[in-house]
Amino acid sequence: MGKVLMKGNEAIAQAAISAGCEGFFGYPITPQNEVPEYMSKYLAKSGGVFVQAESEIAAINMVYGAAAAGARVMTSSSSPGIALKQEGISYCAGAQLPIVIVSVSRGGPGLGSILPSQGDYNQATRGGGNGDYRVIVLAPNGVQEATDMVRHAFRLADTYRIPVMVMADGIIGQMMEPVEIDTTPIPKAANLWAATGKGNRDHLNVVNSMHLDSVELEDHNILLNNKYLEIVKNEVEYEKFLSDDADVLIVAYGTPSRIVKSAIKTLREEGIKAGLFRPKTLVPYPYDALHEASKNVKFVLCAELSMGQMLVDVKLAVNGIVPVHFYGRTGGIIFEPSEIVNAVKSHLGGK
Amino acid sequence: MTVIFKKTKGLTDKPLTYCPGCTHGIIHRLVAEVLEELNVLDRSILIASVGCSVMSYDFFNCDSIQAAHGRAPAVATGVKRVRPDSIVFTYQGDGDLASIGTGEIVQAAHRGENITVIFVNNAIYGMTGGQMAPTTLPGQITTTSPYGRDVKTQGEPIKVSELMATIPGTYYVERVMTADPVSVRKAKTAIKKAFQNQVDGKGFSMVEVLSSCNIGWGLNPVDSLKYIKEDMASYFPLGVYKDKGKI
Repeated sequence: MGKVLMKGNEAIAQAAISAGCEGFFGYPITPQNEVPEYMSKYLAKSGGVFVQAESEIAAINMVYGAAAAGARVMTSSSSPGIALKQEGISYCAGAQLPIVIVSVSRGGPGLGSILPSQGDYNQATRGGGNGDYRVIVLAPNGVQEATDMVRHAFRLADTYRIPVMVMADGIIGQMMEPVEIDTTPIPKAANLWAATGKGNRDHLNVVNSMHLDSVELEDHNILLNNKYLEIVKNEVEYEKFLSDDADVLIVAYGTPSRIVKSAIKTLREEGIKAGLFRPKTLVPYPYDALHEASKNVKFVLCAELSMGQMLVDVKLAVNGIVPVHFYGRTGGIIFEPSEIVNAVKSHLGGK
Repeated sequence: MTVIFKKTKGLTDKPLTYCPGCTHGIIHRLVAEVLEELNVLDRSILIASVGCSVMSYDFFNCDSIQAAHGRAPAVATGVKRVRPDSIVFTYQGDGDLASIGTGEIVQAAHRGENITVIFVNNAIYGMTGGQMAPTTLPGQITTTSPYGRDVKTQGEPIKVSELMATIPGTYYVERVMTADPVSVRKAKTAIKKAFQNQVDGKGFSMVEVLSSCNIGWGLNPVDSLKYIKEDMASYFPLGVYKDKGKI
């Protein structure tokens, strides 16, 4: 295909189509509107189904139904819309449905703003649905990686029968970058459990998240947790940049991690050995790798477009072996490289 | 010996969990018989809802999907869109369909989804212990209207069939009851029509069935059937509210 210049949201939609997405159910909300718009234009042409639902709640329940019937499906939304989908995500997790959710996050709380933010880290990684469940969360740093991760999300969803969220910040959704979308077909799981109509099967298939018997429900929760432990073992992904000899380790994810890279280059030019640790999977979080990477540094700086949400996971990973500092901007304000440089220097100066 | 009546293949052998006297069992049988008679059991998918019929997936002899409270029509939409050859139906009570799920039922009808909705109206939240429903009759005593439903503060009961008939996307809407053998036979005719419409690709069909909750109403089963016939049916008149096939 070669590289083409595409807006992030459209590239995300095209990546889903290339991954064999058979159904998209969504609802308008800025800054993700180009995803449903693109799907409405092109998904039917590749044999898929597009439905504009009446709400985010209906959209995630359509996804639940279509996935329960064995189709490869997705939805997308942004922060307040993801909040509304949480009920349905819990049901999908409980019923072990392979679904993909794209979250193009914006400022909050409440209506907040339509500008980019990372204030939904907790929403994505901890979720707002009820019960003991996990959702895999992938965090791309640009348009190219967003398309790769959307495709990977479908693979993971099928492999583990689990909802997978791609958490793209509003910057990725709205900016244009050169991108090459992989078009390799992704084999679809057999989904022998799906409610497709009994046909010639000798048993009924029931897709359900209810287990009234306490032993049965505990067994189910153990099964879900064992699956999560398997995911922790196999699917953790992260990037390290100039971190091997670093005195200062900056942890950032998503688009802001690229701003941090610029700051690191400046710091290096000034003789300060800074490095980057970037989680690519927010769930499962690279706790062990981050712990290892922070062993020989003077301190860790967590940089986010929030008041400090991933900070909790960074502290869990570092586990007290070195100080963990924080720098964040919110409201749609994106930090400049110079702000990160100054933050690092101020903490070094304080020593 | 000649067999003149036998259990429909549309039901499994699991014992129903409904209270003695409740007419859910009759409605289950009618739906199951219709699925068998139309020869669509093997391609039917039930969307079970939340309420007394929450475990209906155990009773119908077809594949099932359990939906969140009120969301069955959205779930059905997802299923039908990716599997248009399946026969997709929701089985919902009045709390599920007429309260928490009003958005989903109205919008599924509005889109003209080619699905069948069985709406069981017993004027109460039975499963949670007899609370007031959107269809609870004026003056009716429930656990959350202990002095009787006061229409000044709790509103008039919502008339779902009348409402659904106004939506351009609905193809067929009828209200029936399960109060005596004659009304049960009429209910089956309506249910069969609602499924036949889907088989024929006609569009959204809903049958509202006035049903009993003798436990929640505090009546014996016989008086409950009388309550359906005399009290419920006078507030919720029976009949065909919409039939595009007859226009």
